[in-house]
Amino acid sequence: MPKPLIKDRQIIDDAWTLVRDAEAGAPAGPAILPLALWKTLRDSRAAADTGVWLAPADDPAELAGAAAELPVIAVDFPQFADGRGYSIGRLLRERYGFAGELRAIGDVLRDQLYPLEQVGFNAFSLREDRDPAKDIAGLHDFSLGYQQTFLRQQPLFRHAR
Amino acid sequence: MYRYDEVDFRLVNERVAQFRDQTRRYLAGELSEDEFRPLRLMNGLYVQRHAPMLRVAVPYGMLSSRQVRKLAHIARTYDRGYGHFTTRQNLQFNWPALETVPDILAELAEVEMHAIQTSGNCIRNTTTDQFAGVAADELVDPRPYCEIIRQWSTFHPEFTYLPRKFKIAVSGAEQDRAATLVHDIGLHAVRNAEGEVGFRVIVGGGLGRTPMIGSVIREFLPAKHILTYLDAILRVYNRFGRRDNKYKARIKILVKAMTADGFAAKVEEEWSHLKDGPATVPDGEFARMAEFFTAPAYETLNADDPAFTAKLAESPAFARWVARNTLKHKVAGYRAVTLSLKATGVPPGDATAEQLDAVADWADAYSFGELRVSHEQNLILADVRETDLFALWEQARAAGFATPNIGLLSDIVCCPGGDFCSLANAKSIPIAAAIQQRFDNLDYQHDIGELELNMSGCMNACGHHHIGHIGILGVDKQGSEWYQVSLGGSQGEHASLGKVIGPSFAQDAMPDVIEKIIDVYLAQRHADERFIDTFRRIGVEPFKEKVYAQAAH
Repeated sequence: MPKPLIKDRQIIDDAWTLVRDAEAGAPAGPAILPLALWKTLRDSRAAADTGVWLAPADDPAELAGAAAELPVIAVDFPQFADGRGYSIGRLLRERYGFAGELRAIGDVLRDQLYPLEQVGFNAFSLREDRDPAKDIAGLHDFSLGYQQTFLRQQPLFRHAR
Repeated sequence: MYRYDEVDFRLVNERVAQFRDQTRRYLAGELSEDEFRPLRLMNGLYVQRHAPMLRVAVPYGMLSSRQVRKLAHIARTYDRGYGHFTTRQNLQFNWPALETVPDILAELAEVEMHAIQTSGNCIRNTTTDQFAGVAADELVDPRPYCEIIRQWSTFHPEFTYLPRKFKIAVSGAEQDRAATLVHDIGLHAVRNAEGEVGFRVIVGGGLGRTPMIGSVIREFLPAKHILTYLDAILRVYNRFGRRDNKYKARIKILVKAMTADGFAAKVEEEWSHLKDGPATVPDGEFARMAEFFTAPAYETLNADDPAFTAKLAESPAFARWVARNTLKHKVAGYRAVTLSLKATGVPPGDATAEQLDAVADWADAYSFGELRVSHEQNLILADVRETDLFALWEQARAAGFATPNIGLLSDIVCCPGGDFCSLANAKSIPIAAAIQQRFDNLDYQHDIGELELNMSGCMNACGHHHIGHIGILGVDKQGSEWYQVSLGGSQGEHASLGKVIGPSFAQDAMPDVIEKIIDVYLAQRHADERFIDTFRRIGVEPFKEKVYAQAAH
């Protein structure tokens, strides 16, 4: 049964299979692979069906050369309070020019959706026990902010106040 | 001071609504304890020994009389009639009920206040010199920069879940009254050869379990680059700071592991991508912020007005208070007054609702409606006419705010300790009170002179015991409370960390121990030599000998 995914502020069916275990090998069809597995398989698979996920300690610079062709990059949040993925998101978007689907996976909860979206995530695979229909409201916790972020290309002080 | 515009109001109101919903979901069982904890901490809400504790942000220590009256109202309505000023220039309420916290936050928002990021693993309240804008040795007023940093740090989405808490201090004066060397980041204003304002950037200082003096990673950062450079530092920390052990998660541990040079190189590399980007602060923004901190409408006055000098001559008690608790102002005929929250027998930093209301009235009557909180946990009326000092002194004395002990032994900096805080190993307030009682004779205190005594109830070091000339740390030994004494710490530009003198002491021994330390100082000091200077000259041995030799009997 397809899992629900919040993408571009809509709830959709997730077409991708997430491969957590690098030893497990990749299934046929669209799959998001761990970084190590993606490195070995990227040339033997259809680019449109091959995504990659980063652990918090992975270096997003490793995807710099592939950012243009990757359809999906996911970033894992083993615990929601582990904030490394927020910097990874901004680097992928702002430094490495990634324009595809940037997805948060793992311990992804309602109260983190707003800042995650600000730093560049546009897709959220919520923790399994959560209800996307309820939690999607978290995207609207704030209507503005002070800083420059991926979504707000100019900090507030560059607008008339 | 800074005034909210529509944007600031909208943000704090959205925060109140968000937290109200989070509290509702927690109470309804939709958010687990572990999920709620970081959220409530980022709103300053701890679950404490007796009740939740709510820490309200006082950005860089500035308060208006209207805000102080609101704090008094909250103390009366939602708490037990008092609040506690902290060493981060904030105010804590010790007894609110969890369900009422969203209402308290809504009341605070009405007066442009909040509890955002007063706890949790995020960027905390930026602190500065309590004499900002009035100190005679000021290079630039740090408050516009503090407000720019406050806005940058408020809900910064990238840095919402850092490895650990993160504290920034800014100093705009020659004398560093903001303790920039013992913060995660210290920014100390300097001018370069061309006269441009910039900051010396210090990283990796801190107290707590592993006290360290910070390292300078950049001698001169032009002011316009302040936010991109902070972004670079925070990004390096967010990505590479340790998250496996909370005791090793502060930036100081990362700086030490990478070396200061290695850390600086990493920051500069990151900054090379951000420098001159959209977060570069335009001149217009500095100018806009500076407008909020213009000098009040000072009158043209003569220094040493005859009525004032006559009162000084007439009343030695008043003269002593003026000498001890007021500071020379950059404008003739004005003084900055420190109201002491360290009366003997009162927990250091505590103020009752009635006292808060009184202070608000004095701020309106004598100091343009504003006041400040110092990191030594006192309150400051920054712009008082010398001719008003006598009237203010009489009222402050009646309200218990005029103990002439600023900078003296009984001006103890102290955390709430084990009476209130669930982190503490030991009580701190009763020990502070016992020491204050032992040295209650003010003549004796004045004879001892300048002496900073800091006490923390555990090694989280909220009482900044490492930088006290005398530092006291509560420790737990097999379930009972003991006190470790260190000597030789200091704040300011020659900041140093105190050294532990030896085995710890039982609670009831502490006044004797402090008295013996003072006796050694009095016997050994040269004329006009401060305690800390005597200590630096003679070292720890004479103090150890006296304290432990006597204890052996």
